[in-house]
Amino acid sequence: MSTETRSNADQRGWQAVIGLEIHAQLSTVSKLFSRAATAYGAEPNTQAALLDVALPGTLPVPNREAIRKAIQFGLAVQGTIAQHSVFARKNYFYPDLPKGYQISQYELPVVADGKIAVRVDDGRRIDVEIQRAHLEEDAGKSVHDAFHAETGIDLNRAGTPLLEIVSAPVMHSAAEAVAYMRTVHTLVRWLGICDGNMQEGSFRCDCNVSVRRDGETRLGTRTEIKNVNSFRFVEKSIEYEIERQIRALENGEAIVQETRLYDPTRHQTRPMRSKESADDYRYFPDPDLPPLAIATADIERERAALPELPQARRQRYIDGLGLPEADADQLCADRANADYFEAVLAAVPGQAKLCANWVLGEVAAGLNEAAIDIAAAPVSPAALSQLLQRLRDGSISGKIAKDVFAAMWQGEGSADAIIDARGLKQISDSGALGAAIDAVLADYPSQLDDYRKGNDKLLQFFVGQVMKRTKGQANPQQLNELLRQKLG
Amino acid sequence: MSSTAFPTLAVLADELRSGRRSAVDLVQQALQRAGQCAALNGFVSLQGDEALAAAAAADSARTATAAPLAGIPFALKDIFCTKGITTTCGSRMLQNFVPPYDAHVVEQLHAAGAIRIGKTNMDEFAMGSSNENSAYGACVNPWGSDRVPGGSSGGSAAVVAAGIVPYAIGTDTGGSIRQPAAFCGITGLKPTYGRVSRYGMIAYASSLDCAGVLARSAQDCATVFQAIAGHDDRDATSVERPADDVQASLDKPLHGLRIGVAREYFGGGVLPAVAQRCHEALAELEKLGAVLVDMALANAHHAIAAYYVIAPAEASSNLARYDGVRYGHRCAEARSLDEMYSRSRAEGFGSEVKRRILVGTYALSAGYYDAYYVRAQKVRRLIANDFAAAFASVDLIAGPTTPTPAFRLGEKSGDALAMYAADVNTVAVNLAGLPAISAPAGFVDGLPVGLQLIAPAFAEARLLNATHQLQRVTDWHLQEPAA
Repeated sequence: MSTETRSNADQRGWQAVIGLEIHAQLSTVSKLFSRAATAYGAEPNTQAALLDVALPGTLPVPNREAIRKAIQFGLAVQGTIAQHSVFARKNYFYPDLPKGYQISQYELPVVADGKIAVRVDDGRRIDVEIQRAHLEEDAGKSVHDAFHAETGIDLNRAGTPLLEIVSAPVMHSAAEAVAYMRTVHTLVRWLGICDGNMQEGSFRCDCNVSVRRDGETRLGTRTEIKNVNSFRFVEKSIEYEIERQIRALENGEAIVQETRLYDPTRHQTRPMRSKESADDYRYFPDPDLPPLAIATADIERERAALPELPQARRQRYIDGLGLPEADADQLCADRANADYFEAVLAAVPGQAKLCANWVLGEVAAGLNEAAIDIAAAPVSPAALSQLLQRLRDGSISGKIAKDVFAAMWQGEGSADAIIDARGLKQISDSGALGAAIDAVLADYPSQLDDYRKGNDKLLQFFVGQVMKRTKGQANPQQLNELLRQKLG
Repeated sequence: MSSTAFPTLAVLADELRSGRRSAVDLVQQALQRAGQCAALNGFVSLQGDEALAAAAAADSARTATAAPLAGIPFALKDIFCTKGITTTCGSRMLQNFVPPYDAHVVEQLHAAGAIRIGKTNMDEFAMGSSNENSAYGACVNPWGSDRVPGGSSGGSAAVVAAGIVPYAIGTDTGGSIRQPAAFCGITGLKPTYGRVSRYGMIAYASSLDCAGVLARSAQDCATVFQAIAGHDDRDATSVERPADDVQASLDKPLHGLRIGVAREYFGGGVLPAVAQRCHEALAELEKLGAVLVDMALANAHHAIAAYYVIAPAEASSNLARYDGVRYGHRCAEARSLDEMYSRSRAEGFGSEVKRRILVGTYALSAGYYDAYYVRAQKVRRLIANDFAAAFASVDLIAGPTTPTPAFRLGEKSGDALAMYAADVNTVAVNLAGLPAISAPAGFVDGLPVGLQLIAPAFAEARLLNATHQLQRVTDWHLQEPAA
């Protein structure tokens, strides 16, 4: 797959160069310049304010919340927050673009010169430079299939705030591009600035791809794959595009600078429109909007409120908690996940690995099966930590703990309640345990004899029998000790 | 004929409060006069029934402390959105456009109890200096049936000058309040950019557009300005600054007021007789204690060129929404999207609008943007700097509002450049975002002449004070056209 493509390209003396433009829909209640709601899936044109319909005389007013979210992103990627940035109009005619222009940022974006550390699947770590991130509004939607021979326009999405995150052309394989996209995806969700929902189009990207001969420093002619909305499609479309360009160049053909669309059923890209004939967008500063001024105090307030970022937390889990990298990676793929883990750990201090095992094991499996988010998990961190405390204090064994967890997941109550109700408490009382051992040894005199002759393996047999007799409730450690004493 | 004019707004308010006159009387008088003056073509639409109903309601709610504009009729330029009332902006494009909302200015006046009797004629999308670019026919100057009333707020100026209403609301992007006020012998106030919300005011050139007042006197302008000025969070360019009490300072003496007499405003194209009237008006101000200071505005002669790049550039984008998709004119039976766009716009827009869209599109195009738009913005900055420097040593800057009195209908309509050149003394004010007023300053061959006073940003009170003092000792603003 991806790494192969890279090495294929490498082996043939070509280097791919990839840059991504990610569009992250900012999770604000209202639109970037109007007060209409941004909720997904409403009846057509029920979430369009007068401005979104571009009625004469309407004016845009920037949504402060969207600006705050852009600042948060900028700080999280160590970018420069422009104290003065400018909203510009991108002019073109299209039926789902009501004003005849899109309000975006052109020469002076709100965020510039950021970077993000990305871990590629093969274990390498690359730093991806983020050239800029700017605010812009989304267009509406043309509906072609609802009316006979006519096109419908749904303006619910028109004006929805987007943060366009533009990377430098510094990635060299589909795997690197996908890893970068995943990292940004994790970050925007971590910050709570984008819900990351790719089916609903809340997180999508344009991929700029070119290839050049190894050693060549100039960039080759690039193509842009538009509006790719899944990690897999990003990977597949880039792989296809790299191969297509190499093949074309090797056949002596030139690459045409153009916009291409990815066809997921055929796994290939095809031309959409040629840039040569593309519109001249006639960008100019929007005279309805004064330059966006962001005070240092506002930036510092956002900086102070920034959560611990995924990279930092991952490192803390490894260095501070001693978790394996794989566990730290998995926990930090999602902030809710990591927060859940930490809430459990807070109640079972010092047991990071145990907590991680449970969050990544039983909890993750349960969520997966039920196809729900961790926020909706039927077992709260507090409930899980109670269970883990019982495991730690020897009240129950690991095996029983899994049964209790399953019952908790089904809503049967707290760990203690289930342990009590089902009488699952471990027998740690040496008297009761001793009696059970005595009974077992009495039942199996010949095995006892064999053992005493040196068949050590029979120790496990006696453990098993005592467990059976105690319905699994014997404290395994104590059982071992007592049994050895009695046999000894 | 005997005076058709209304007394001042203060007197009207007093009469209404005391019950000596009723709002219904005033509205009936206005509607009757509008009927008599139909030939002016000052209105695009009249809302007589609604106005009379509102007047009756005002009369039954009459109090001794009613707001200064309560129950008094006015006219509104058809560029402001009015809920449920067709708003054409002087264009065929919006012939059937009925806004679902009121502009901020409309809300403010409604809240003040003002009664709108109709919507006034204007150059299409406020593009023009003669009102000849209206899809609803030219408007005529009450001072001469062969004369233009000026533009683009030609209708608003004409209906005030003709005594139909005591005041009207207009907009000024490059002189569109001051120039028609000068041509029609009335007082026109263009406030500081951002003083009056643009919400609901159909955009021509957003960075220059400004709502303001046309009335007989500065005192009346002050009353109306007070009602429409103020912050509105629906307009991001609206300034967060409480409007000054401009009434309170009207009576301040002018002793020591330094008025800069800008040489450039009396330059080449200005008719000597017009310059003479303005010097005479300035002499009156001098008698009142003002000090006249000779001064220069080095970049004044670049203003027209900068304005006619920036305004069309913004207009080309602002008018892109008129595409026939959601509202406004849509051509019949288009066979493709492109055809729908091009024919709807070809049919819906008049030639001056098309010219400015083309000019503006060109100025913003790749390869020309720096040479035109960016350069024009630099000139704009220089012009603003000139004013700022000048206001370090003077309090107001004076000159003729226009180089000539009202020209003849058709005289310049075939020559865009000649038409544009006549804006020479007004456009710089918009480029710098400053407040300015045009006040009557006498007559040349029976046609009114306007004196323009320009103030630093937010100094509307100073403009109104100086003009009010001038109008206390002169009677040019009280002259009425014959019939």
